[in-house]
Amino acid sequence: MKLTDEEQAMYAGDRGVAVQRAMDLLVRYGEALGAESLVDTNNVCGTVGATMPFLRDYSAKHGGFDAVFSEFNLDSADVIEIPKVKVYSSHLQQGLDPEHAERQNVHSDVVKIYRAGEAYTGKLGIQPLNTCAPYQVGNVPVKGEHCAWMESSAVIYINSVLGARTNAEGRESAGAAMLTGKIPYWGFHLEENRGGTHLIELDIDVRTVADWGLLGYYIGEIVQDRIPVINGLQHVPNMPKLKHFGAAAASSGGVEMYHVIGQTPEAPTLAAAFRGQRPLETIRYGAAERRLAYERVNTTGKDTQVDFVMLGCPHYSMEQIWEVCQLLEGQRLSGNTQLWIFTPKATKQMADQAGYTKIIEDAGGFLMTDTCSSVGRVMPKGTRVAAVDSAKQAHYLPAIMGVQAWFGTTAECIQAAVTGRWTGALA
Amino acid sequence: MSTLIETTNATPANIIVLRGRKVVGGVAEGEALVTTDRISGWGGIDPRTGTIIETRHALRGQSFAGKVLVFPGAKGSSGWSSQFHIARLAGAAPAAMLFNEMTTKIALGAVVTHAPALTDFDRNPLELIETGDWVKVDADRGIVEIIKK
Repeated sequence: MKLTDEEQAMYAGDRGVAVQRAMDLLVRYGEALGAESLVDTNNVCGTVGATMPFLRDYSAKHGGFDAVFSEFNLDSADVIEIPKVKVYSSHLQQGLDPEHAERQNVHSDVVKIYRAGEAYTGKLGIQPLNTCAPYQVGNVPVKGEHCAWMESSAVIYINSVLGARTNAEGRESAGAAMLTGKIPYWGFHLEENRGGTHLIELDIDVRTVADWGLLGYYIGEIVQDRIPVINGLQHVPNMPKLKHFGAAAASSGGVEMYHVIGQTPEAPTLAAAFRGQRPLETIRYGAAERRLAYERVNTTGKDTQVDFVMLGCPHYSMEQIWEVCQLLEGQRLSGNTQLWIFTPKATKQMADQAGYTKIIEDAGGFLMTDTCSSVGRVMPKGTRVAAVDSAKQAHYLPAIMGVQAWFGTTAECIQAAVTGRWTGALA
Repeated sequence: MSTLIETTNATPANIIVLRGRKVVGGVAEGEALVTTDRISGWGGIDPRTGTIIETRHALRGQSFAGKVLVFPGAKGSSGWSSQFHIARLAGAAPAAMLFNEMTTKIALGAVVTHAPALTDFDRNPLELIETGDWVKVDADRGIVEIIKK
């Protein structure tokens, strides 16, 4: 890989041991990719938390947060003192909500580690957005901006909807990018890799959040890590719809970029979306495909008695919280069912102010922040059957937590929370 | 004595040789575990045991610990590398990784797993290697030897 003089100096250790280790990792990673150089970035989203059991043990045994950052963010077994980050860096979701720790069955010792971690990242200059959807709370990259983001649902969103440029980075590469402002110049950073590969012709109207989730789940499984181009849109989607679409496509497959003709910034026309190339394949999406996606995403749903309704994957926006409030207002949850809704902390503050949190709590539910059931492995004790409005969560939660999951609309989920029964069906 | 020449200079009939590009250097050998399904890291494996946990995955319930993992590539969450990283520290990483599709997830994941890894093969390993074959990987030289079971 070709390094600039500045990069050579960092690689040689002229900027300290931590930066040297970061460059060493970026060079090994870049060479593994077959990248020819690095690119400057001033927008990194990653995670450095240490609340997971394995990382807690590691931290206790090897010397605290610097040891965790050294091993899990720089791939260095030597414990190195970590300096302040060099570029704009944001923290993604965490392992728990400290305000709801007891309800999430998180021990107070772990909350102490969380709080100490918060102080540590604050000191390093990593901003505590603590969400899988940084673009909902102020980190909104612009078209063409080179970023180094983790979190597959956020990566696909900023590449596709915003026209920013990032690959799906991992914990280690994001850590190295924070300290160096560098990332391999490969993949979606290069214009020639951003053109569409598969044409998706819509034969049906895709309107609701759930419909966009199903479309994403169907397409992801077919195109895997390629770039689908959606044509035939009848209604302009909004942020929550594209958020759920991308999250689903990045879960059933590895989609990191897509185009919607006439909608997303690099796809004013079919020719532009495909960069003048012919599609490798054309896939039609109609009622039969929608049903197949619905059946696949509901693979694990068997028992109709629902213990737990989980919303906010990806983290809910204010608009979505208000939708839930309207569905829930004046009702009480079933005595056998819990409702947890996850949102960024900054959004929760607005929801508190607007009275939305109180509406949810008056019904018996909780608005939580920082984490989600899959990432934090947090669920009410004894949960056997969950209901979700996210295809991504329906995909991961059964695998991670060993529960059944029903996927349906937000209204069906609220209905299940109130009655304790799943009555969802494909409309 | 043509038969003698064959057995000394040529590859024995039950050994197949593949050539690929080094992703991570090193030498390792082990039993192959082969899947045509892409693998999710976070939410797809239990890193403490190396077991595949994804609901509809062909290898669900099987562990890749100590095996030569042969697969198309990575999918899913960007937590891919950190899960394989934990698998290494837990002693549950694959002995080597052979895959076809390069992505940032697999590149970084292979780098932090520290196991020999190869890609860009002259022939498709998914068609030539079966679960249970004995596979020798010399990533430094870009050579894979497959001894059929």
